[in-house]
Amino acid sequence: MIGTGHYLFLSLALLLIGVVGVVTRRNVIVILMSIELILNAVNINLVAFSRLAGSVEGQVFAIFIITDAAAEAAVGLGIIIAFFRNRETVLSDEMDLLKW
Amino acid sequence: MGSSGDPAVMLDRILFDLFAGLAILSAILVVTRRNVIHSAIFLITTLLATAGIFLQLHAEFLFIVQIILYVGGIMVLFVFVIMLVNLDVSLHQMQFRRQWWVGLLLALALGAETVAAIYIGRLGLPGPNTAPPAAVLEPNTELVGRVLFTAYMLPFEIASVLLLVAMIGAVVMAKRRT
Repeated sequence: MIGTGHYLFLSLALLLIGVVGVVTRRNVIVILMSIELILNAVNINLVAFSRLAGSVEGQVFAIFIITDAAAEAAVGLGIIIAFFRNRETVLSDEMDLLKW
Repeated sequence: MGSSGDPAVMLDRILFDLFAGLAILSAILVVTRRNVIHSAIFLITTLLATAGIFLQLHAEFLFIVQIILYVGGIMVLFVFVIMLVNLDVSLHQMQFRRQWWVGLLLALALGAETVAAIYIGRLGLPGPNTAPPAAVLEPNTELVGRVLFTAYMLPFEIASVLLLVAMIGAVVMAKRRT
């Protein structure tokens, strides 16, 4: 039997890989994909705890998180397209219009 | 409580190792590949492996939602935008920031903290060899639907408003200024 701890460590590994992607990559699209990885890690945690508690509510929250991920991806990619049209770049450290 | 010789327990174990290994391996490839399209394809692999984990956790509805919505919807959106935005120039530029080791260090610190938290709180969790939870959530889709449309009716409606806002926002953002 696979215990809840196994799922927690899998989720932790995915979360850390996502955090490293967000913090170190320069390409904004890869940063958005890393955020999807982080949200997925959260979903694994929620479903594992839903199974542990014998209640379906964790899965309902996971559905809400998938909804949020869809909304975030749509708006984020819209912003990337708008930015690319103006500055011809997808690198996050060239997005420095507010830098003094 | 299943003994380690039980074939069903063995199969459970093998499936978990397979899906978890696939998910972690392709997640690492997502953040390290130079080509963005390759990253997107490995992200699809990670999402499918996660769907397998959901199926193993007896969350059948989430399994199918994950495949239809994530792999079928969000990833198509990603690939579309990569095609629109694809810069051959960016392939030959530096893919990581100069201070990447600071990020790696911070992530390792976060990981150590979380491992410590799980280790301290492990008494609340059943270990790998304890019995499965008593309640079996069957039939899964019906139960999820019932909870979603009774106890979580208001959050459900707010989520639909959020999707509407995101739809309008994406259209306004990506619209060409005339």
